[in-house]
Amino acid sequence: MMRKSTWAALAAVLLLGTGGLATGASAQTLKFGLAEDPDVLDPTMARTFVGRIVFSALCDKLVDIAPDLKVVPQLATEWSWSADNKALTMKLRPGVTFHDGEKLDAEAVKYNIERHKTMQGSQRRGELSAVTSVDVVDPLTVRLNTAAPFAPLLATLTDRAGMMISPKAGKALGDKFGTAPVCAGPFKFVERIAQDRIVVEKFDGYWNKANVNFSRIEFRPFIDATVRLANLRSGQLDFIERLSATDAGAVQKDNKLKLVSVTEIGYYGITINIGKSDKAKTSALGSNPKIREAFELSLDRNGINKVVFDGLATPGNQWVAPNNPAYAKSVPIPKRDVAKAKQLLKEAGNPNPVVNLVTPTTTDASKLAQVVQVMAKEAGFDVRIQATEFATSLNMADKGDFEAYILAWSGRPDPDGNLFSFHACKQPLNYSGLCNPALDEILNDSRLTTNVAERQAAWEKAAKIVNAERPIIYLLHRKWLYAHNAKLTGFKEYPDGLVRFTGMKM
Amino acid sequence: MTAVESVMQPAAATKPAAEESPARRAFRRLLRRKGAVVGLVVVLIFVSFALLADVIAPYSPVEADWSALRGAPTLEHPFGGDELGRDVLSRVIHGAQASLFAGVVSVFLALLIGIPVGLLSGYAGGLVDGLIMRFTDAMLAVPFLILAIAMAAFLGPSLTNAMIAIGIAAAPIFVRLTRAQVQAVKVEDYVEAARAVGNSPLRIAFRHILPNIWPALMVQATLTIASAIIAEASLSFLGLGQQPPEPSWGSMLNTAKDYMTDAPWMAVYPGISIFIVVLSFNLLGDGLRDALDPRHRE
Amino acid sequence: MIRFLFRRIAILLPTLLFVSMIIFGLQQLLPGDPAIAMAGEERDPQAIAEVRAKYNLDKPIWVQYGLWIGGILQGNFGESIRIQLPVSQLLLEKLPVTIELAILSMLVALAIGLPAGVISALHNGRWPDYVANIIGLWGLSTPNFWLGIMMILFFSVELGWLPASGYVSPTEDLWANLQAMIMPAFVLGTGIAAVFMRHTRSAMLQVLASDYIRTARAKGLYERVVIGKHAFRNAAVPVITLGALEFGQLLSGAVLTEQIFSIPGFGKLIVDAVFNRDYAVVQGVVLCTATAYILLNLLADIAYFLVNPRLRA
Repeated sequence: MMRKSTWAALAAVLLLGTGGLATGASAQTLKFGLAEDPDVLDPTMARTFVGRIVFSALCDKLVDIAPDLKVVPQLATEWSWSADNKALTMKLRPGVTFHDGEKLDAEAVKYNIERHKTMQGSQRRGELSAVTSVDVVDPLTVRLNTAAPFAPLLATLTDRAGMMISPKAGKALGDKFGTAPVCAGPFKFVERIAQDRIVVEKFDGYWNKANVNFSRIEFRPFIDATVRLANLRSGQLDFIERLSATDAGAVQKDNKLKLVSVTEIGYYGITINIGKSDKAKTSALGSNPKIREAFELSLDRNGINKVVFDGLATPGNQWVAPNNPAYAKSVPIPKRDVAKAKQLLKEAGNPNPVVNLVTPTTTDASKLAQVVQVMAKEAGFDVRIQATEFATSLNMADKGDFEAYILAWSGRPDPDGNLFSFHACKQPLNYSGLCNPALDEILNDSRLTTNVAERQAAWEKAAKIVNAERPIIYLLHRKWLYAHNAKLTGFKEYPDGLVRFTGMKM
Repeated sequence: MTAVESVMQPAAATKPAAEESPARRAFRRLLRRKGAVVGLVVVLIFVSFALLADVIAPYSPVEADWSALRGAPTLEHPFGGDELGRDVLSRVIHGAQASLFAGVVSVFLALLIGIPVGLLSGYAGGLVDGLIMRFTDAMLAVPFLILAIAMAAFLGPSLTNAMIAIGIAAAPIFVRLTRAQVQAVKVEDYVEAARAVGNSPLRIAFRHILPNIWPALMVQATLTIASAIIAEASLSFLGLGQQPPEPSWGSMLNTAKDYMTDAPWMAVYPGISIFIVVLSFNLLGDGLRDALDPRHRE
Repeated sequence: MIRFLFRRIAILLPTLLFVSMIIFGLQQLLPGDPAIAMAGEERDPQAIAEVRAKYNLDKPIWVQYGLWIGGILQGNFGESIRIQLPVSQLLLEKLPVTIELAILSMLVALAIGLPAGVISALHNGRWPDYVANIIGLWGLSTPNFWLGIMMILFFSVELGWLPASGYVSPTEDLWANLQAMIMPAFVLGTGIAAVFMRHTRSAMLQVLASDYIRTARAKGLYERVVIGKHAFRNAAVPVITLGALEFGQLLSGAVLTEQIFSIPGFGKLIVDAVFNRDYAVVQGVVLCTATAYILLNLLADIAYFLVNPRLRA
């Protein structure tokens, strides 16, 4: 009896369903596959990389970066530093409105910066800590004042700290703003179903709407890289981010798909506890710089690249990749030298040091750890992989409960963002516990000037010190890999890994 | 995942037989079921693989060989090479150790917790029984995999901890089963008699009750080994099972899924191994159930 | 009957209390700090402290438990730390998806399990028995995630017949919805088909051996009538009660399958929440599914009670 009614139901479904086929998605909708479900869609509270991709459709920033990492206009058309480098004056683009029709003016900018600085739970407070006050000079001119010169400020405004939300919506929704964000970007928020989709549609009042060619974008999270690609292949998606390196070859061969890649501004490396906690004193790596040097010499970055990232990453030994203008050329990548590594271990009186390597259980980290284990063994190291769930590993890093830790950083456009918080004494991301007064002075000085050459000189000095101490053994800079439908044109890759939706069309 | 399936069904014989020993009769009847025999043989073959892995496996399961990186199957490497150039055949053979071990140990742990608690609950009755059963119901109501994930995350990702997590998560089934059996048996004459002559409850439980509920537990244990092997694979898929470089079939599948298109052999062999072993345990368990259940006499 | 019902409902409360304690205990066991896990790459100590304060994570466990229970009693399930939406909203969003998937999987399981069980019982010990057995056990013997990925690669990438994954609401496009659900429902359904096969088989064997069927056969009824009308109908009773239990499991058990097919149901919600340490979500979902499971258990018991006259005294 059950089966009969089932068939009847199925038949009814089939009849009804055929009507649905005709209303397929129009070519104007971009279906975008994300690698994760973003967190809260409030620029003040947001924390994840994947959220920034959605924000780039929703929220314009005061300034943006160009593919060569130079700062370029977005909501602000021009800017200048005061003579003492303590005030940044920005001219705003005239006639810009938020999605709710409100005007984007100097008052709105002031509201936003203050919201970032004061809201409870704000993740932007640290980035904007240098800003002491915001002055409204005239309706389209705003001035950010700092107590001391702070060069990285401008680059900070290319990210979430520079995103402008509608003050009216911000005041109305308070800490619930993320449920219905109202910004000044090319697309406005339509709906979000957690873990299923985020839908945005074209904003007709956008200042640059001539370059917006999609009527809608549907962002959908597909956590598994294989599944994400399968959805692109079968046409459920038009565009996917973070393609797995091992699939790049197959995408390249497929003439219906296009592969795009760009070297990241972040890095992959091994952080070593050299002073964060007592573990630094008891561990072989943490207590002896010679053993750290031997460890680095035992590793073959090209080999790691080949095995873990299919040769698609760029080997490196600093917080920026060798092709970055801020790379210190005086500190080149050391070649693998097992004999010298053995020699150093002998000098250190510890020919077979044990290394407990905290490894998040992600595929890349786990592969990297296994390759490191094999390579370091040749020099005499006994690497023990301490597999740890990612959320737990962050806590361990925070407490200094590790000897060595595989950690990636997504990178910031200004090299300071990859450097200061990691190596200056007692900074929040300084997991290694490095505390070197000479380095602190160099790092602080580098922030006081906006002169590129002077900053570059400081970074060269910093690179030498960091390279001698080895709080982080930098290994590689991955590539951001994207794959999209070959019909799609106008996509331009940026080293920050974000996607700019203006100019793309299908 | 299939936690409650046999709770509903009062399985297996409860009365001692008059002429032939129950174990011998059950074994004779088990041998009559071809599916169960095939299952038993396959399980034994894989167990011997696992025990003799060091002798049988042609290569080391952890030694990387850069020249065989994701190499297609050849005569030297009949199952191909994996992402670090390790021999997939050797890893499948060594993986049998981890996977079978995971199945057997976690069920052993579940029995170790489940039987005493179930005996206590069934024998004591009253408030103790009530509390234990409500707690058991609550454990069963929390999704099995979530329980296992949370515990594996708490204990830290490793094969041992995955086994502990699976064992604890599977224990409630055995508590319930033992209790149901105890309640059925404890009113039987021979138990009443044992009590009348002044045997201690502990002695009664172990000498008189346990031997009679053992068959039902064995059936459930065999079937739970099958689900435990799958559970280990599932935890490994989430990165919480066997950790690299040591292989288990689940962790091999987890890595292999990234290479589905260009190195399918990495995924095929561990997948087939899981299927064959788990199917065999299921056939064996079903056969045992038939053999031990008096209702299935033809 | 009334006394039976009353007793059954009376034990619901302690069970639910234990469930709430287990969930809360588990969450305390989980290493890692939600505020830090949430912070991701940003690690502003002040922001972390504020998040802790906002979600009461800085209070002793028993205070947190009390606040949570107090909230639940007022219908407040708390708020997701990660996306800052009320947990009740997330639950309501996911519930229809999960129920739909559970129903479809159940249909698949019945479609495979019942015939396999009947055939296996009728041909006990002969080859159709073994074939039916293996078909029935097949899904149970394959890891769900594995079968899922294989099906995606074959049916979506190779053949292009079905969407690889993702979910479409049935109100939006029913046909697309079914296309998206068929593979996950198949994976889940084959996984529990074995349960139905086993119970159908053993119930059928039992009924077939009973005097009642022997009489029917002796009366010279056609075999098909004997099987269809008498044996199967009697064997169906335990199978239906079992269905209620399996349904309860399905509501919460589709963790990996939902992950693979990107079906936004309870399973995916909870596994992401565990890994992100989004406590309020974990608690809310488990409490919800556990309650559903317990209620379905109760329904099964009542059904069993009603059809089983011996218990009704």
